[in-house]
Amino acid sequence: MTQAQPQSTEATRLVRDPDDSIVAGVCAAVGRRLGIDPMIVRIGFVVCVIATSGFALLAYFAGWAWIPQAGGERGGKIEGKPAAEAKAERSRVPANWKVAGGVGLLTLSFLLVLRELGIWWSDALIWPLILATSGATLLWRQSRAMSPEPEEVARHPGMMSEPRGRHRAGIADLYRGGFGIALVVGAVLLFLASNDVLGETRDVVLTVIAATAGLALILAPFLWRLGRNLASERAERIRSQERAELAAHLHDSVLQTLTLMQKRADDPREVAQLARHQERELRAWLFEDERAPASESLARALETAAADVEDAHRVPINVVAVGDAPVDDRAEALVAAAREAMVNAAKFAPDAGEIAVYAELGPDGSQVFVRDRGPGFDPESIPPDRRGLRESIIGRMERFGGRAEVRSEAGRGTEVALTIGEPGS
Amino acid sequence: MSGGKPTVVIVDDHAIFRSGVRAELEGLVEVLGEAGTVEEAVRVIGEAHPEVVLLDVHMPGGGGVEVIRRVAETAPAQRFLALSVSDAAEDVIAVIRAGARGYVTKTISGPDLADAIRRVRDGDAVFSPRLAGFVLDAFAGQMSEAEVDPELDQLTMREREVLRLIARGYLYKEIALELGISAKTVEAHVSAVLRKLQLSNRHELSRWAVERKLVD
Repeated sequence: MTQAQPQSTEATRLVRDPDDSIVAGVCAAVGRRLGIDPMIVRIGFVVCVIATSGFALLAYFAGWAWIPQAGGERGGKIEGKPAAEAKAERSRVPANWKVAGGVGLLTLSFLLVLRELGIWWSDALIWPLILATSGATLLWRQSRAMSPEPEEVARHPGMMSEPRGRHRAGIADLYRGGFGIALVVGAVLLFLASNDVLGETRDVVLTVIAATAGLALILAPFLWRLGRNLASERAERIRSQERAELAAHLHDSVLQTLTLMQKRADDPREVAQLARHQERELRAWLFEDERAPASESLARALETAAADVEDAHRVPINVVAVGDAPVDDRAEALVAAAREAMVNAAKFAPDAGEIAVYAELGPDGSQVFVRDRGPGFDPESIPPDRRGLRESIIGRMERFGGRAEVRSEAGRGTEVALTIGEPGS
Repeated sequence: MSGGKPTVVIVDDHAIFRSGVRAELEGLVEVLGEAGTVEEAVRVIGEAHPEVVLLDVHMPGGGGVEVIRRVAETAPAQRFLALSVSDAAEDVIAVIRAGARGYVTKTISGPDLADAIRRVRDGDAVFSPRLAGFVLDAFAGQMSEAEVDPELDQLTMREREVLRLIARGYLYKEIALELGISAKTVEAHVSAVLRKLQLSNRHELSRWAVERKLVD
């Protein structure tokens, strides 16, 4: 065993190094973490084992199970996942068990203190009771967590996805369930045994338990590995399902649009429009669950209105919204007026590039600006063909206690400013 | 202010987009090189020493932020212009805070992009309407009394006005006309906003970026 200088990143974490170990590297790991020569830890440990007539060995096995192995089977990438993600996954699972173990030990020590102090009924009652309570709690928790997640299923109806939430929880549930059952059964046996109800059968039961425990110790590593393999297989299956779902969606939408665009390649406007429409649809699909629906968010309602006008008039509209507000009557009037202003801009300035829509939204009041770079006109003498402006925009805003201002100059484009309530600055 | 065609390196993980940009900028700027990964970008920028790096916000391996961080270790004066389709507010703000001198969307036309590159080359800041919107949103939160540095943590009324006009689709010279100031003063306001954005360690700003779910 050489005194290999550990790398600086490894020095701060509690990991077992297979190259620096006698049995499993637990002592070396503890020594490295504390900055002590592993040999001292090992000697101290052996002394502890002798002093506690073997009980300290339990701690060693616990360390073996909980302390991850450096650069081992779970190190680096997990099937092509980015290293950071793999690392997060690696540290999350054992952390839960560590916490559980810690809480368990703390409870145990608390109980032992109570026992020493004499605040106690009898060993025959308390210990089984505690075991049974822990087991029952685990089982109850699990049965509650088992209920499926409906929104997960409803998210992409028609797609070939299974509810993913259940998959993910499956293995943890299995462990927890098995553990809970073992605790309750153990408690019952302990209660019966300590009250001498079992009598002669106790010896038989003890033998069976001892044999089972031995067998479990032998099989534990294999079961452990099996569980891990199952988990990674499941992760792989989920990934391939997601791929299939994505492929199906891309085929139905993006590939169709690309085909259409090739057919219409001689009409640049149509192509641009198709592309913008597809872009919007794809974004909506990708981010749908992160966004408020148009019925609740004024910003979304404005964006939806802009998308409609864009599709109907084939003019690109760029919406920038700051803040948001709930959708009420006034907000609906604002959206309707803004839509009319966008339609006007699209009609009268169809070839003047993008229409810019800027909205500052707040619960006390909102302001929307619609700007085009078209030919412009003299607002003093609104042409008769612009009745929509006078009635659908200015009139509508005034009915709801707001106002609409039109700024336009020949050659400079037009900007319609809509204000409702008292927008905070 | 140096004349002539600006020299540029294009960093984007999509080859088809790189060649598209290259074609659009033909004759307007001098493209010194291209890179498709963070690694490659750091190497190419180090070798070619372009005046401006056109930088994609989203790339595998840390994205534009990582490129800026690594290049800044050896060439802190390197100028970056961020370019993105995704427009996720937190990503855009992160790239600006890392040191990019502007942000434009990928739908920008060739001549407009060349103009933006020239302005970044000359040390100005380039704000698209969307970036102006993001910044206004980021600084819109309530100001508590115990702010760390009011100088950095708030925008002046004028800066706010300028940003709002950018968001409304006004060009710099139109903003100058509207506010009765010179185009240079408009530039100065925008640069000041950029500096505040980069220097401010106002915790709301990062919290805003994390909490914000709006993606468009």
